[in-house]
Amino acid sequence: MKDASNPPVTTEGADHPLKRLREFTEARIGLGRYGAGLPTAASLDFAEAHARARDAVHSSFEAQVIAVTLEEAGYETIAVESRAQDRATYLRRPDLGRKLSDRSRERAAAIPGGPFDLVVVVADGLSATAVNAHGAAVATGLLAALPGDWNVAPVVVATGARVALSDPIGEALDAKIALILIGERPGLSAANSLGAYLTFGPRTGRSDADRNCVSNIRPGGLRPEIAGKKLAGLIVRAAEARTVRHAAEGRCRRPDRRRRLWPAADRLRPFQSLQTVWRRRFSESLPGTGAARPAGDDLPGGLFPQPRGKSARPPFEAVLRQHI
Amino acid sequence: MSQESLKTLLAEASPARSGDFLAGVTAESQEARVKAQRRLADTGLAEILQTPLIDPETDEVQRLILDQHDREAYRPIAGFSVGDLRDWLLSDEATSEAIAALKWALTPEMVAAVSKICRNQDLIAIARKRPVVTKFRTTVGLPGRLSVRIQPNHPTDDAKGVAASILDGLAFGCGDAVIGINPATDSPSAMRRLLELIEELRLRLDCPVQSCVLAHVTTAIDCMSRGAPVDLVFQSIAGSEKANSSFGINLAMLKEAQDAAKSLNRGTIGQDVMYFETGQGAALSADAHFGIDQQTMEARAYAVARAFDPLLVNTVVGFIGPEYLYDGKEITRAGLEDHFCGKLLGVPMGVDVCYTNHAEADQDDMDNLLTLLGVAGVNFVMGVPGSDDIMLNYQSTSYHDAAYVRRALGLKPAPEFEAWLREVGVFDGEGFLLPEASRGDAGLIARSKLLEAAE
Repeated sequence: MKDASNPPVTTEGADHPLKRLREFTEARIGLGRYGAGLPTAASLDFAEAHARARDAVHSSFEAQVIAVTLEEAGYETIAVESRAQDRATYLRRPDLGRKLSDRSRERAAAIPGGPFDLVVVVADGLSATAVNAHGAAVATGLLAALPGDWNVAPVVVATGARVALSDPIGEALDAKIALILIGERPGLSAANSLGAYLTFGPRTGRSDADRNCVSNIRPGGLRPEIAGKKLAGLIVRAAEARTVRHAAEGRCRRPDRRRRLWPAADRLRPFQSLQTVWRRRFSESLPGTGAARPAGDDLPGGLFPQPRGKSARPPFEAVLRQHI
Repeated sequence: MSQESLKTLLAEASPARSGDFLAGVTAESQEARVKAQRRLADTGLAEILQTPLIDPETDEVQRLILDQHDREAYRPIAGFSVGDLRDWLLSDEATSEAIAALKWALTPEMVAAVSKICRNQDLIAIARKRPVVTKFRTTVGLPGRLSVRIQPNHPTDDAKGVAASILDGLAFGCGDAVIGINPATDSPSAMRRLLELIEELRLRLDCPVQSCVLAHVTTAIDCMSRGAPVDLVFQSIAGSEKANSSFGINLAMLKEAQDAAKSLNRGTIGQDVMYFETGQGAALSADAHFGIDQQTMEARAYAVARAFDPLLVNTVVGFIGPEYLYDGKEITRAGLEDHFCGKLLGVPMGVDVCYTNHAEADQDDMDNLLTLLGVAGVNFVMGVPGSDDIMLNYQSTSYHDAAYVRRALGLKPAPEFEAWLREVGVFDGEGFLLPEASRGDAGLIARSKLLEAAE
């Protein structure tokens, strides 16, 4: 399913002999040609999709508006920024987007009431368009669905953020769990997709192998109106399973065993491990979304697109670390 | 010269790119960069040869680079500086044969060094003189020819979706490099299913192409041991042992895969069975660059490639993102450098002319680079329906683009494939795409029986 706002691939070449096969793929097949050139409509369709994605990458983050919306809904917020001072630096230096500015760290560390069970971070990422559109709605849906006895930190609205910025944020606030809602790298079919990345024990230096994510939150994907509640349910179940396992097995110190503390994948299907997401390169429809083409955060997708061996970690985990 | 000073010199002499800034290895100013280029131009090839950038004791790629070096072939240029080498390569003395004779004399560091003091036109003019020809069922890399990989990716590996994209590509005269699918699922069964799909199509159409499913090398080895129809074995490679190990591979595994694929004896006119992909920034992203600039690291990956007689090597130049190559200018430069370095080292270079949506690049930049590479004699480029890879989520060159550059520069497909295209009525007698109205492709589609399968 495509966004209503997305144009059809093209109507040019509607009598193309491959027309009947378009139902099997969203690939831009059977476009027709003039000489070797693309028909005008197909050329402009592509240009429009790309322009939309470019605009999303460079759109300005309405952090204030999001903060006001959240506060009107009854949730405290604090604003932080990464060390990437502007968009050009943000794109060139993902390492800076993973670090809090000194001022922000101090501000977060000064928040009373910790330790917290959970901190929710709403962040621009690679598509402020996505977060502006439904970041606040997903966050409020999530917060409203959490158990009343959870000690939840003020919502952090983060500018210039990569996924891993949730580590120093969680650390400064002394939170047990960090969930970051972040704009994903825009694709040609969707420029308004949010990702949700969950980290238990967020601390600077966590590997992305330690995170789990739900991708493709957008109209036409996992719908923002229901995403928050869904995420809350997944977080609570995951946390419970973790607590039960901790109680049964004692504290797990080996990082390589951390993943096993997650509930069985079949019960938490949308909450796939990053590795699984990586392996599928955001290519598989998430249940209930009907979307054939979820975009990834800023995951590279597959320059070297294969997992290492049959069951092991993805080979490009290091790239993941760089990119997220 | 010490290892550190050579690394620094190479890095500071590198034309600016974001990945080197990210790694913190660039020159301090533009003037400092040119001064480094002057010093590099005056540096002897012998000094470079004597200064391995990574300790060979700990890095099998470094050992391979040293083992590959042929002292006999090197003798005529042993007294050259980097600047001398550039001048000679540009000179009329440097014929195709003369450059080819240096294949095992040149090391990755030497060609990386010389590329750093070349302008784009030098990179084109020199690479043009160094064709690298390889064979399996088609002959790839002959002068005056440009091959295309059909990249019919699909988010769920849907057989009909993949087949539809393949047919669209064949009707544009693409596919003579390879029909190569990035699978959504990396498993022996998924790989086999896709291989059999292409195999059936190939046999039904009696089409001289080779197939590849770009799964991990271990998956391919597994598939071959179960008798799957594997033509080419794919693997991503990089320029250090540590970076390769981040891909879950080492040289011995590549050798095992090459031997296994050759033993299947599936090539009709040659047995070049490997397909490698590389890209600037890969080693840095795995923190396996050892303080070496990304372009030099990339050239080192070609030492790995040429050890296994690949049919195709492809630098996926704009894929990795703007933190490595920021914009159209950097992507263009890197594509030309990679092609140049690969060719001088005797590697059958193709280029995935591509970009992501967060890079400062667009279709115009890709048109430029594609045209430049066509002039430079690139062996092959990608063909993605409408430039939009719906699985990997990035933009590459399209079937249309391939047809454009062949027409604009008078380039033809691989000869075996050209003959087939004429026979099926897609190409005219001169070897160029017929007007669409003549609908040679309709016959092709009929023969594929794909529409019937879709009913």
